[in-house]
Amino acid sequence: MLLTLCLVVPLATFVVSFAVRRNADLQRSVSIAGSALLLLASLALGAQVVANGPVAAQMGGWPAPFGITLVADLLSAAMVVITGIIALAVSVYGLGDVDRDAERLGHHTLLHALLLGVTGAFLAGDLFNLYVWFEVMVIASFGLLGLGSRGDQIDGTVKYVALNLIATLAFLSGVGLLYGATGTLNMADLHQVVPTLENPVIVLTTAAMFLFAFGAKAALFPVFFWLPASYHTPSVTVSAVFAALLTKVGVYALIRVFTLVYDASTLPLIQNLLLWSASLTMLTGVLGAAAQNDIRRILSFHIISQIGYMILGLAVFTPLALVGAIFYILHHIVVKANLFLVGGVVRKLTGSEELGHIGGLWARTPWLGVLFLIPALSLAGIPPLSGFWAKLVIVKASLDAAYYIPAFLALLVGLLTVFSMSKIWLEAFWKPHPQPDAAATMTLSRAERWSLLTPIVALALITVAIGLIAGPFYGVSVVAAEQLLDPHAYVGAVLGENR
Amino acid sequence: MNSIILSAATRIVTPLMVAFSIFILLRGHNEPGGGFIGGLVAATAFALYAKAMGVPATLRALSLSPPTIAVVGLAMSTLAGLWGLVQSGVLLKGLWPLLTTADDGSKAGLPIGSVLVFDVGVYLVVVGSVLSILFALEADVAEENEGED
Amino acid sequence: MEIALSILVGIVVTCGAYLMLSGNMVRFLFGLALLSNAANLVIFAAGRLTYGAPPLIAPGEAGPLETVANALPQALILTAIVIGFGLLAFTLVLVHRANRSLGTVEGDAMRLAEPDEGAR
Repeated sequence: MLLTLCLVVPLATFVVSFAVRRNADLQRSVSIAGSALLLLASLALGAQVVANGPVAAQMGGWPAPFGITLVADLLSAAMVVITGIIALAVSVYGLGDVDRDAERLGHHTLLHALLLGVTGAFLAGDLFNLYVWFEVMVIASFGLLGLGSRGDQIDGTVKYVALNLIATLAFLSGVGLLYGATGTLNMADLHQVVPTLENPVIVLTTAAMFLFAFGAKAALFPVFFWLPASYHTPSVTVSAVFAALLTKVGVYALIRVFTLVYDASTLPLIQNLLLWSASLTMLTGVLGAAAQNDIRRILSFHIISQIGYMILGLAVFTPLALVGAIFYILHHIVVKANLFLVGGVVRKLTGSEELGHIGGLWARTPWLGVLFLIPALSLAGIPPLSGFWAKLVIVKASLDAAYYIPAFLALLVGLLTVFSMSKIWLEAFWKPHPQPDAAATMTLSRAERWSLLTPIVALALITVAIGLIAGPFYGVSVVAAEQLLDPHAYVGAVLGENR
Repeated sequence: MNSIILSAATRIVTPLMVAFSIFILLRGHNEPGGGFIGGLVAATAFALYAKAMGVPATLRALSLSPPTIAVVGLAMSTLAGLWGLVQSGVLLKGLWPLLTTADDGSKAGLPIGSVLVFDVGVYLVVVGSVLSILFALEADVAEENEGED
Repeated sequence: MEIALSILVGIVVTCGAYLMLSGNMVRFLFGLALLSNAANLVIFAAGRLTYGAPPLIAPGEAGPLETVANALPQALILTAIVIGFGLLAFTLVLVHRANRSLGTVEGDAMRLAEPDEGAR
């Protein structure tokens, strides 16, 4: 019941926000109400999963593995909760950020279509449905990216679309081949069938196809080019949603497929590929960021670098490493969305995101400096913020498993992240504005201050909370990782007593 | 397009095609057919109408804008799914309120239920979204031609 | 038959990849259409081909009387075709828009979203 509610809420919001599109105020209220309801439904689902373990629902009453199954273990539930948090944050932020034209063209409607796709992907119980939800998400994101139809937006969208579609086709072919070999696409069923396959070639081929497809969605090295080419072009609100959720759906799919469907530890080639690709992703991301001078482009490259940490956690594949990967995802979604939101406020106050053209914010608005520093230092992994614990667990797990080079790279990349963040800090906040007179006239109106700063403060508080009271969050990650490594309960919830 | 033959033929063919699409939609109940394929046929009918009479005339004839048709369809399908959720706790459960089952298992009554509502929703979604894309392209090209003149 | 279909898929993928490697976005679009059809054929072949036995149940029966074609891949392909059609239509509109606002369909010439490298 709660599972379906988490999908029905964004779907209904999508329909209603379209129906009231002629009334801008009403549409905004609908959008915020929809996000708030999604958050409530996801929290209820999370509570249920924490209390009772994985839950599943069969659509139309057709039993698994024949029908469509929705299923939530703790990882899925946690991802849905965090989706709800981000949804609420960006729909409030959007009030002060998204312009009328974009709203008229369907910003709110598309946003909720995107949330529908993301939530669906987290809850999908079989590979083909995962594909369909990916497509819902991708089509909505195409729309959101190209909404403004400015030249650079079209340019960014073309590159984003091109690579995403190739990844999608690889995913679809992989699904087809796996179905041909096993006769089922239900992931819980595949968990039982795939180990019995006698032909190692088909296992490796399909695994490699999924690795490529989800790797491209997650912006792994070497298929990350689409991300920095497009993420800085849409409105800040859209950038923040993309940064928080889209790549993480790819990471989630990688974790799900390589723990449930395939056991990554039995596929050394895939595990090595994951390991090296993760290391290079961390490194290229952070080096790419160092070369940029635009706030959102710097942050975009940092998404790539951070994805490397999560995949490193998956590649090491010890219980501790998976705990680290999950903790990292949860922390990173909050922090990265917040950095993009702060970047939007910086642009509103200084008129640009190009570091050379801005400055003087510390003198004018020290509170914004604090709000920037919390997520920025957390991203770099400074204790006691959330990023420190996330990095600590990943590095410790890598060292325990004797992966010294990736662990060293992880530490080095942390250091370079400090460099990038201090670059934004020095240029945007510390140095004086090149045209102080022009900048002084740019202020936030009262309404803007409310809608822009409330989500930033809320997300910053969550970051601090994850850092200071890391215990419960770590505990959730531990249980989620246990469920991934021993999917008995998951399989039981889906297939039941041969229900 | 300015062709008397096309516009005269369209006036006869379009209603026939729409009627045929509804036939396919209803036939999908137990035999090959259904909302998706029926929707495509209907969309083709309106596309033909747009080719012969122009997009504005088609929009007037449709009286609802294509995106609205699509979203109305989506709402119908969603409601059909929720119907099952409310009545039996399972989303998308097929329900047949007008159908009674006798003791010996034989069924009587009208087989109209949530599945049909869902399928009509699919039909509308397909008509609406295909026409939205077609008209968007058509409007783009028309704008371009005006710019060149 | 599956072998023949597999070879066909290989040929279609080759053509699609060749077209996609071109810098021209219109060719990329055609390549994409070919590739998505190839993916659909893969699913079709994966479901095994059964000749002349549509998966239909005769009136009054509870199930098919003899071996029939696998209906699931057909359902999957239908869904995939719908999605592929939507994506292709979107990409077509996008390339058209790109041509209008950027004045080119060459991928290499689209650099509006990239930082200005001449400035440094």
